[in-house]
Amino acid sequence: MSERAMPERTTSERNKPEHEHILPVSLYVTIWITLMVLTVVTAGVSFINLGPLNTVVALSIASFKAILVVLFFMHVKYMSDRLTKMVVVAVIFWLFLLLGLSLMDYGTRHFT
Amino acid sequence: MSDSPIVLEHSTELRHHFADMDQQRDAASLGMWLFLGTEVMFFGGMFCAYLIYRLWYYNEFAAGSRSISLLLGTINTVVLICSSLTVALGVRAAQMGKRKLLVILLLLTMLFGLAFLGIKGIEWYQKYEEHHIPGSTFSAENLIQEYPGIHIDPQHEQIYFSLYFALTGLHALHMVIGLGIFTVLTFYAWKGKYSPEYYTPVEIGGLYWHFVDIVWIYLFPLLYLIDRKPIH
Repeated sequence: MSERAMPERTTSERNKPEHEHILPVSLYVTIWITLMVLTVVTAGVSFINLGPLNTVVALSIASFKAILVVLFFMHVKYMSDRLTKMVVVAVIFWLFLLLGLSLMDYGTRHFT
Repeated sequence: MSDSPIVLEHSTELRHHFADMDQQRDAASLGMWLFLGTEVMFFGGMFCAYLIYRLWYYNEFAAGSRSISLLLGTINTVVLICSSLTVALGVRAAQMGKRKLLVILLLLTMLFGLAFLGIKGIEWYQKYEEHHIPGSTFSAENLIQEYPGIHIDPQHEQIYFSLYFALTGLHALHMVIGLGIFTVLTFYAWKGKYSPEYYTPVEIGGLYWHFVDIVWIYLFPLLYLIDRKPIH
């Protein structure tokens, strides 16, 4: 409350459009082209026999694409505060807890 | 028109419990990311089920994966990536206060979204014709005949298709909800509600759309690309 009442507070300044936060169209287009190329690459690579590496390559490409979307399209790299970044990391951690611990259980028990 | 520098006291969109627009936007964005976290765990449970069954019934998963259209899956991935670009450019248009451009980009996004659902529908119909929808009419006969050298248990094949329909179905449901959100965003954008000072709903709606795109980025290799290698 007290902050809002203070006339010298530069609310007006902070309300100005933040042009430093507007990313160039070229960046978005570059990310888009990269995502398109990777989609074609991942579909093409699946026809080559790499053994178990096929899955590794497919998931690595998918993860790289997801990281590009999160960092640039979802603005985590340039426009988010630290708390948001922490939540993103925590979400990935939770997901790995879910998948990792479940697999440890199912992978080490013998079902008939 | 006064000579004084910017006289804007504060945006009418500023809720009184926030100090300024920046804080309000950060709070909204953080809340959305927390929601997306619950969404990751929601889909994560099914990804986990997928992972375990795939390890157990690899043959059936590979055969099932071969039977769904790679062409349609790839086109849909491209469609969704294009929609993510239009969303990102839409948020940018909102940041710059370009109302008409924002409306056009939001409509384009919805068009891509509808195209995705249409293609998905064609794909599901193909599965219906092949009797691959789990239930009393399910049959893995065509796969058993197609891959005589591989042991395929119809019950296990059904698990692949159950997961396929559950995952793509819930993803499609998210797309439908996204289309609803974007309809509302387009309406308000057209009315001129959003400005460089206040475009949080566009940004937040965009986060949701990108998230749904990311889910598909993983569904594509997990469902379509399990085993496409030529069989010797």
